[in-house]
Amino acid sequence: MTDRDDNSDTVDDHKLRVSKIQDGTVIDHVRAGQALNVLAILGIDGSEGEEVSIGMNVPSDRLARKDIVKVEGRELSQDEVDVLSLIAPDASINIVRDYDVIEKHRVERPDVVTGVLSCPNSGCITTGDEPVTSRFDVLDDGVRCGYCGRIVRDDIPSLIES
Amino acid sequence: MRHDHLITSKQLSRADIETVLDRAAEIDADPSIVGDRHADALLGLLFFEPSTRTKMSFETAMKRLGGDVVDMGSVESSSVKKGETLADTVRVIEGYADALVLRHPKQGAATMACEFVDVPLLNAGDGAGHHPTQTLLDLYTIRENAGLDDLTIGIMGDLKYGRTVHSLAYALTNFDARQHFISPESLQLPREVVYDLHQREGARIREHESLDEILPSLDVLYVTRIQRERFPDENEYQKVAGEYQIDAATLDAASDDLTVMHPLPRVDEIAPDVDETDHAAYFEQAHNGVPVRMALLDLLLRNARGETDD
Ligand SMILES: [Zn+2]
Repeated sequence: MTDRDDNSDTVDDHKLRVSKIQDGTVIDHVRAGQALNVLAILGIDGSEGEEVSIGMNVPSDRLARKDIVKVEGRELSQDEVDVLSLIAPDASINIVRDYDVIEKHRVERPDVVTGVLSCPNSGCITTGDEPVTSRFDVLDDGVRCGYCGRIVRDDIPSLIES
Repeated sequence: MRHDHLITSKQLSRADIETVLDRAAEIDADPSIVGDRHADALLGLLFFEPSTRTKMSFETAMKRLGGDVVDMGSVESSSVKKGETLADTVRVIEGYADALVLRHPKQGAATMACEFVDVPLLNAGDGAGHHPTQTLLDLYTIRENAGLDDLTIGIMGDLKYGRTVHSLAYALTNFDARQHFISPESLQLPREVVYDLHQREGARIREHESLDEILPSLDVLYVTRIQRERFPDENEYQKVAGEYQIDAATLDAASDDLTVMHPLPRVDEIAPDVDETDHAAYFEQAHNGVPVRMALLDLLLRNARGETDD
């Protein structure tokens, strides 16, 4: 087993080179290459002083290679977790307090995400200066702008609002 | 009809459509039934891109209901030029009018605008998005000429950019209609629209590159214009456009009952000799815009006042 189900890291060379956190959130089983997008979609850039650790291309039984993100001092809300599902549908979320995983859940795809993605359609009303919050319906295989109807299936991370 | 606004044809159920068309038929038969019911009502016309026909059709409809219109005027002469947002414009005009009609070059404009207003808002075209009132008058015309059930319809021309085509296709999935889409490969229905249509129960669609094979089986042929500007070079356009033009001779192969429709204005996709045949329904179709828009405005205005259907 290379996947760990808890917050304890091992000394094995192949295993996580990411330190344990005391309080916060571990986002595990992120698809390889998506760790930075996970941070972007959560709006975490370290500017708030959060301590963030990232493991990339870590061996995983379930995904072969996975990314892992640990955010010290911050517990993710359910909304944030739901939004993660768009780019990390296999992710598991571990809420850690005092080094113990006290809560563990898988992400669930929400029906709608608001204010997270921006529409790639330059003819869409949301791309102008209107006072409007983006809204996307979540489809089985992509997302769809709630205003212009554009469907995006690939490269959803590129739509993440900066 | 319980809607506050009319934004897309997707929101319309079969019952909604029938309510509007039935009402339109009643008004068409006897315009006096709406009387002076809306004598105090004002309709706000917000046309952010020119569309003389659609605008005049709404204006006529409102005046025939006894009401009047206030018109934002051309974009060039309005505050929009100064950079005012659409959200602000609709909130201001809402203070003057009992209902709003919006035509805007951006897709989703009406969806957004209706979030800012309480008065009924009718989408009169949002970029490449939707044009539901056109769809309702198209459906009215189809029902009058061919009926909406057990219908075989061919929709030909520029299917890629034509919002009227997309709107109509969605609405027809509420009925027992076989839809045949005829276009050059480069102007096929957007894959997203095909995807959507397949999501809808009752969608029966097929795509063709040639009219010949399908023409004899059609009850309705809905023709749209192929625009020159969609093609990088004139030769390409000429080659393609010619194949999707019809004249009276083309229609020899059609059923005697075939109804030919077009959202107008046409250029040369329907030759003038078709006008003289019993097939031509496009001028009637344009006239139907008035009773259909009268019916819609009547329903939405009464809805907004909390009145129920008779
Ligand atoms: Zn959009």
